[in-house]
This record gives sequence, C-alpha cells and structure tokens, in this order.
Amino acid sequence: MIGMILKIGILDVQGAVSEHAKSIRNIGAEPVLVKHPESLVEVHGLILPGGESTTLGTLIRKYGLYEPIRERARQGMPVFGTCAGLILLARKIEGQDDHHLDLMDITVNRNSFGRQRDSFEADIEFEGLSGAPFPGVFIRAPHIVTAGSDVQVLAMYQDRIVAARQGNLLAASFHPELTSDLRLHEYFKAVIERQCAAECV
Amino acid sequence: MAVVGTERVKRGMAQMQKNGVIMDVVTAEQAKIAEAAGAVAVMALERVPSDIRAAGGVARMADPTIVEQVMKAVSIPVMAKCRIGHIVEARILESLGVDYIDESEVLTPADDKYHVNKREFTVPFVCGARDLGEALRRIAEGAAMIRTKGEPGTGNIVEAVKHIRMVQSQIRRVVSMSEDELVAESKEIGAPYELLLEIHRTGSLPVVNFAAGGVATPADAALMMELGSDGVFVGSGVFKSENPEKFGRAIVDATMNFKDYDLLAKISQGIGTPMKGIEMSTLSINERMAERGW
Repeated sequence: MIGMILKIGILDVQGAVSEHAKSIRNIGAEPVLVKHPESLVEVHGLILPGGESTTLGTLIRKYGLYEPIRERARQGMPVFGTCAGLILLARKIEGQDDHHLDLMDITVNRNSFGRQRDSFEADIEFEGLSGAPFPGVFIRAPHIVTAGSDVQVLAMYQDRIVAARQGNLLAASFHPELTSDLRLHEYFKAVIERQCAAECV
Repeated sequence: MAVVGTERVKRGMAQMQKNGVIMDVVTAEQAKIAEAAGAVAVMALERVPSDIRAAGGVARMADPTIVEQVMKAVSIPVMAKCRIGHIVEARILESLGVDYIDESEVLTPADDKYHVNKREFTVPFVCGARDLGEALRRIAEGAAMIRTKGEPGTGNIVEAVKHIRMVQSQIRRVVSMSEDELVAESKEIGAPYELLLEIHRTGSLPVVNFAAGGVATPADAALMMELGSDGVFVGSGVFKSENPEKFGRAIVDATMNFKDYDLLAKISQGIGTPMKGIEMSTLSINERMAERGW
C-alpha cells in the first residue's frame, strides 16, 4: 500500500464532479472520471456526487453503468454517495415504487427539508471525526428515514439521519465537496485503504 | 443554527445542475416529458420565447397557476422568469417556492436602469450576459448562476456562440494581466475590481455559466459545451421540434457526451425536424431580446 496513489472514481454523468475531483486531489489521491463502465475497473473506490437523482438514475441505466457499479460495490468496492448519491444508494425511496442502485439498507425521503429556498448551512456533529463540527451544506437535501440493523448512523440533524455507513458504503445528505473541509473525503479514503489492505492479504 | 439563502447554497444549487439540460415548458404534461427525457430542471413559462416573439406586446411573468401545476407535476427543480428589475414578480415567484428565478431579457424589462438586488432574496437567481462585464455586474447584484443571452426564440446559435466566446476570451485576458492592470480593466468593462481579481487568481467565473438563446439541435448543445459552457438551457428548441420526446433525450445525451462524435452522429438521426430558425440579419435591433439589460 505504501507509496501507492489511490484512484478514486467520480460518477461523471451530471452534477458536482469537478468539486469532488478537487477535494480528492487535495487529499493526495487521484480522481478518475467514470463515464463508461471500463473506467470502473481501475478505481479503488467510487463517489456518487450531488446532482439531480432522477436524471442520474435514468442515465446510469442508459449508459450501462448500473450493473457494473452494483457488482463492484457488492464485491466490496467502497462507495460514497453525497446528496443525490445517497438517494442512488438507497434500497427504498419514500413515495416511489422504484429505486436506483439498491445497495444500502436505508429508506430515504427526497427533498425532505423543503424546496431550494429552504436549503441551508448548519454545523453537524459527525461520529468519528475529531475537532470542530463539520460544515453541512444542505441543498434540496434528502434524509434517511429508516436504517437497517447493519447501518451505523454517523450524523443527525434535527432528529433526522443525515449521514450513515454500512460496511463499504458511506452516505451523506449534505455536500462536503462544496467546502474546503477535507475530513469526510479523508474518512472515505481511510475506508478504501482498509478495504485495499484486506484484499491485498 | 441553520442559515438559509447563503451564497454557498445558492451557487451550490447551480453546481448540482452542471452538465445538464434545463428545458422550457408551458404545461405540466410538457414538464413530465422533460423530466423523463433527463432534464435536470424545467423553466415554467406561459409561452416559449419563439411564441413570445410571435405574439409581440408586453411579455410578463407567467400565470402562477401554470408555475404551480408544473411544480406539482415533477420532482426536479422548477425555475421561472421575472422581468428585469421587477422586484415584485421576483417576490411572488419566491413565495410560490420556485427553486430558481431567471431575471430574463425574454420578458419585457420593467426597469430601464436597474436589475433586481438579488442578494436580498433567499431564492437564487440566474441572469443572462453577453460579455464578462455584464456577467460580473449581475454576480455583484447577487446572481448565483450566469447564462449566455444568445438570441432567444430564434433557433439560431450564432449569438450564443458569440457571447460564450466573448466571456471566455475576456477571462483569459484577465488571467494574463498583471494585477496593476486590473483597475483599468475594471473601468473599461464596467466590472467590480474584486471580482476581476478573483478571476485573475482562480482562472474562472465564481459561478456556473450555462448556454442559452438559440440552442435548436443536439449538435448545438454539444457545440456550447465544447466552447466551455457548464450546461445548456433549451427554450423553444424541444417543444417546437417535430418530436419533443426524442429531441429532448437527444439534446440531453449530446450535452453529457459532447466529445463523443460517434454517439452524436447516431443520436442526431431520425429525431425529426428541429424548430424553424430565424436569420439574424432579418431581425431589427428592437426585435433583439439580447439588447435588453444593462
């Protein structure tokens, strides 16, 4: 592991891709834009960025990314979903019969804090992060309504779950990529490093 | 303590739309078609720009009933237009809960000198610009997103190309200047010095910049992305085409895969006739919407 530069993929269909790429470079990893299934092969982990979840959900199916992402995530590839990315990871979306990647045992409520005029910033106490609270940027944000027994709740805001982890899967309602605080990207990098270490043995 | 309406959540909302297509719609049914085609947002209107052009007279904010019907029909963000400088139309749209307001030259301006002070609103605004000075004046007023003006409702991409090329070349110029030249440049183009200094240091606009005004085909959308746009607004182009479903999907694919020319060749086939266009030289100066705004 030592001396190896981690390659972290970012789903490059639509949304805040360049912002995540910048954060990934700033933690000393290499961002890889994932537009086609072939690019998935070389990455050690994958970020599902913020964007429009309806659009992203339609297009990952259309561009043949749906099954490859599911397959690699099930084999243990770490995946980090932010905002729309969290909705993509969920098993169930409230008020809808369909779901997207169905990887994480959570039920989500979309736009649960209201429309854009209700979008806000607030400090978040994040389990396992040392130092000051994390600056949470919530934009038409979803929240996790219920989480399965394997899911560890990492952050709450106004009694709602806004960040959680289930093994190799990490999800947040807010946008760490819109801040200069790199602690959540570092957290994800640590998840990838542990996964790589386990696979290399 | 939660803080709403910060610069970061306003600009961030536009960042989430990047690489996407925002489509003009006039009914809830059209909004559903746009959402299914993969639009990242819809612009709720009473008439698309080409019909506004044809109808003449004073064009105003849409009937709130239409805006509300569109908001109920889709889960993607809904935008709506207010007249330039019309503070109250903007407040009404904010009260309705629209996700973004376009202070737009497509409507007849309500104020011949001043734009809305967009910093006072919780809802974010997008504004049109033909050059860097105009873009930075709008950003100084609080616009959280910029788009080219192009020439709306013409189906002719030439003006939008002119505007995006102008902004890009002015940014390159500002980046290459020495810092002591920036004050004179600020006076020259009518842009706040602090924003020019920020561009000089970062190399880019501080907000997302979309293309608008004349996008009529998938190739037009891809061209605007090629020239550095962050995404595309399509006004009359989708629902004035022969087959809006197919056309809408093709424009979304073209925007997201603008460098994949094999794909562009494929998706440009069998999608029917685009909207009928208008040659610029046939428009007199007072028929040009892009001239509105200051």
